[in-house]
Amino acid sequence: MPVESVFPRLEALLPHVQKPIQYVGGELNSTVKEWDEADVRWALMYPDAYEVGLPNQGVMILYEVLNERERVLAERTYSVWPDLEALMREHGVPQFTVDAHRPVGAFDLFGVSFSTELGYTNLLTALDLAGIPLDAAERTVDHPIVVAGGHAAFNPEPIADFVDCAVIGDGEQAVLEMTEIVRAWKAEGRPGGRDEVLTRLARTGGVYVPRFYDVEYLADGRISRVVPNRSGVPWRVSKHTVMDLDEWPYPKQPLVPLAETVHERMSVEIFRGCTRGCRFCQAGMITRPVRERSITGIGEMVDKGLKNTGFEEVGLLSLSSADHSEIGDVAKGLADRYEEDKIGLSLPSTRVDAFNIDLANELTRNGRRSGLTFAPEGGSERIRKVINKMVSEEDLIRTVATAYGNGWRQVKLYFMCGLPTETDEDVLQIADMATKVIAKGREVSRSNDIRCTVSIGGFVPKPHTPFQWAPQLSAEETDTRLGKLRDAIRADKRYGRSIGFRYHDGKPGIVEGLLSRGDRRVGDVIRAVYEAGGRFDGWREYFSYDLWMECAAKTLPGHGVDVDWYTTRERAYEEVLPWDHLDSGLDKDWLWEDWQDALDETEVEDCRWTPCFDCGVCPQMDTSIQIGPTGKKLLPLTVVK
Amino acid sequence: MAYSAGFTPHPKVSYANAAPTGTASEAEYLEIALADRREPQALRALLDASLPPGLDVLDAVEAHTSGFADRLTASRWELRLERVEPAEAESAVRAFLDAPSVEVQRETKKGLRTFDARAAVASLEVVRTPGGEAPDRPDTTPCAILRLVVRHLTPAVRPDDVLSGLRAAAGLAPPVPAAVTRLAQGPLDEESGTVADPLAPDRDATSVATAPGPTA
Repeated sequence: MPVESVFPRLEALLPHVQKPIQYVGGELNSTVKEWDEADVRWALMYPDAYEVGLPNQGVMILYEVLNERERVLAERTYSVWPDLEALMREHGVPQFTVDAHRPVGAFDLFGVSFSTELGYTNLLTALDLAGIPLDAAERTVDHPIVVAGGHAAFNPEPIADFVDCAVIGDGEQAVLEMTEIVRAWKAEGRPGGRDEVLTRLARTGGVYVPRFYDVEYLADGRISRVVPNRSGVPWRVSKHTVMDLDEWPYPKQPLVPLAETVHERMSVEIFRGCTRGCRFCQAGMITRPVRERSITGIGEMVDKGLKNTGFEEVGLLSLSSADHSEIGDVAKGLADRYEEDKIGLSLPSTRVDAFNIDLANELTRNGRRSGLTFAPEGGSERIRKVINKMVSEEDLIRTVATAYGNGWRQVKLYFMCGLPTETDEDVLQIADMATKVIAKGREVSRSNDIRCTVSIGGFVPKPHTPFQWAPQLSAEETDTRLGKLRDAIRADKRYGRSIGFRYHDGKPGIVEGLLSRGDRRVGDVIRAVYEAGGRFDGWREYFSYDLWMECAAKTLPGHGVDVDWYTTRERAYEEVLPWDHLDSGLDKDWLWEDWQDALDETEVEDCRWTPCFDCGVCPQMDTSIQIGPTGKKLLPLTVVK
Repeated sequence: MAYSAGFTPHPKVSYANAAPTGTASEAEYLEIALADRREPQALRALLDASLPPGLDVLDAVEAHTSGFADRLTASRWELRLERVEPAEAESAVRAFLDAPSVEVQRETKKGLRTFDARAAVASLEVVRTPGGEAPDRPDTTPCAILRLVVRHLTPAVRPDDVLSGLRAAAGLAPPVPAAVTRLAQGPLDEESGTVADPLAPDRDATSVATAPGPTA
C-alpha cells in the first residue's frame, strides 16, 4: 500500500520557518519512484541542514546507485532546523524525505552518513521525529533498519545503542548487497523478524551489528574484550573497498540544489584513498589503497555532469588532488575544453608544492587569481616530521613566492594546534613562517597589497590512525597556546597587518575527541545531551560545550570514567581500543610502529613511489594500488552548434 | 546565456517583483539575456523541464522592447481567508475602501516602518457566487475570497499589508493565515481597473518581425 505524503501537513508549517525552500525537494536530477513498484526502500540521511547535506558526495552517489536499480527506491532526508522541529512536534508531522515527502518510519532501511561525530545528536532528533525508538533494542519488525556509514562509522561504538548496524568503507557495493538480503528476507515473509535479517547481514562479514557483540570491561575502566554473543557473526567486521573507479562513475547526474548550499559546484572524484601517510589524517588511513579514476574517465564525468546540471564550476575532488598520476594532463585538457564556456575548475586539497602553482595557473587561465590555500599543518620542521607532513620551510617559501609572482594576492595556510609532542615553540614558529611569507611576497610582487591568512584549529586524535593512542591537548592549553601565537603574529606591526589570524577555540575539539575515541558508555552522554535539547553540534550558534560537560558529568562517573579519560589520556600498546573489532585493514602493530616513529621524528615514504611499507591494508582486504599513467590525453569535445 | 562584463561575470538574469516567500503565484516574470539567438518556445520547454514540479514556465517571448520591468505597474491577487464569513469580510473591505488612508506597520530590514496601505489599492472585493456562498467549497466552513488589485508603489504594499489594513480599519482578524496567490501582473488600465498582459508589446513586435529582417 502506498504511504501518504506528509506534504499537505508540512506545507501549512512552512510559512512559519526560516528558508522553507530547503524542505520542498523537486531538485533537478532528483528521483521520485512509485512506492509500490519497489521491494526495498531506503531513506538516506545526511544528519545536518540541507545546505550542508545536499552537496555530500556519499549520499548523492548511493542515492543514484540505488535508484538506478529496478524495484529499489531511495529518497533523501536532512536535519530540520529547530524552528521546524518544534512545529512538527506540535502538529504531529514526522521526519520526512524531501523527494516524495514520505515518512522516514515507513522505509525498510534508514541509512545515515556521518562525516563527523558532531551529527550524533541530529541522528537522535531524526529517529525521534520519525517515530523510531531511540534504542535499537526496542524496535520491532516494522521499524526501518538504521544503518550508520561514513568516516565516523569506523568507530560506531558511541552510537551502538541507537543504530542497528554500521557499514565501514565504500558504500556503492555494500548498499546493493544489503538491499538483496533485505529483499530476500521480505520476499520470504520476514522470517525470524528483525533479529533474523540483522543476523543475515552480519554473516556477510561486512555489516557490524553492535548488539551481537558484548563489551567486557576491566576494573580500571578499560575494555577487556569485545566478543560476539552468537554463532555465525565474525570476530572482526571488514571495511568495503570499491576497486576500479571507472566502473563506478557516480554521480552521473548530480543534484542541483534549489536553496543555496555550502558548495555551489559540481564535484568529480578523481581518485579515492591517499598514502601520503600524514599521521593525524584518518581519511588517509581508512581509505587505502589509492585508486585513480583514469584521465578519460574524469573527462567523461565532467562532460556528462555539466550537460546534466548546468553547473559553472567543477571541483576535482580527492584527499590530495595534485597527486593524481596524470593531473597535469587532466588540468590542461579540461582547461582547453572549457576555456570558452565560463566553466571554472578548482583543485581542492593540494599540497605545498611549486607544481601546484602551475596547476592552479592552468585552471585559472582567464579567471581571477584571488587566493591559494596550502596546509603545512605544523609550524616547525620538527613537528612536521612527527606528523609525517614532509615539507620544508624552503619549499613553502619557494611555493608562495611562485604564487605571488604569478599574480596571486592571498595565500591561506592551515595549521593544527595540539599535535603530539608539540610545545609552544613549535606553534610560535607559525608566526615566523607567516612573516617570511609576507616578506617574500612583497619582494616578488613588488607590492604591499598581499595577504597571508593563518587558519588554525585544535587537533583531535582519531581511531585507525597512528595517533589513536595519543593524549589530546586540553581545551585550556589549546586556547593558551593559540593566544600566544596571536600575540606573536601581532607583535611585529610591519608584517602583522598583512597577516590574518583565524582560529577555532579548543572546546568543540574536546567534545569531538570524546565522541571520536569513545566507547559504548559515551552513548549515555549523547542521549542526555539530546534530551536536554542539544542539536546541530557542528554549528557554533547551537553547540554548547557546557551542556556536553554537564551531561558527561552526570553519566560517565557511573561507569568510573570521565571526559579526560577519553580525551587527554595517553593509551598504552596493550589497551583494547573500542574500535579494534572493526577492520580497516591497517595492521595494529604497524600503526603502533608508526606512532613510535612519530615520537622519534622519523618519516615514512609514500608506497606509490617507494616499496610497500606493510601497513597491512592490501593483503588484508585483497586490494591493490590502482594508478596511472594511462598515457591518454583529453581530446577537444566535438562542438555542436 | 549572456554574462555581465567585469571581474566576476554574472549571468544576465533579472527577476521582476518576486512574490513574497510563502505566497503562491501564477504570474512571475523574468528576463534572461542570451549570448546567441534561440527559439523562445524551445527555451521555454528546456527551462520548464529543469525546474521542480509546480514551477512551470508558461510562456516565453523574444524581447523587442525595453523597459519590461517598468510595465509591471500592478498585480492582481487572490486572498483566501479560511473560517472568515464573507459578510464580515465585505464590511471590512468597505471600511478599508472608505478610509482616505490606512496606516499599517511592517518589520523591514531597516526596522519597523509605518506607511499607508490604502492608496496603492486599485480595487478590492469579496468574490461571491450567485447563491451567496464562496465558490468551489464543498464543505460548510466559511471562507471569504478576496480579489485585490494593487499598484506597485514605493514602499511596496503587499497582500499582507492589505490584510493588516483590514485589521486596522475594521478589526478583521482571520484565525488562520491567508492563502495568497498572485493571479496576474502587468500594466494597470486605470479606467477598467484590470491588469493587462505585459508581454503584449513584445508579442506584437514578434508578429511584425517574422517577416525577413535583420538577424541578431
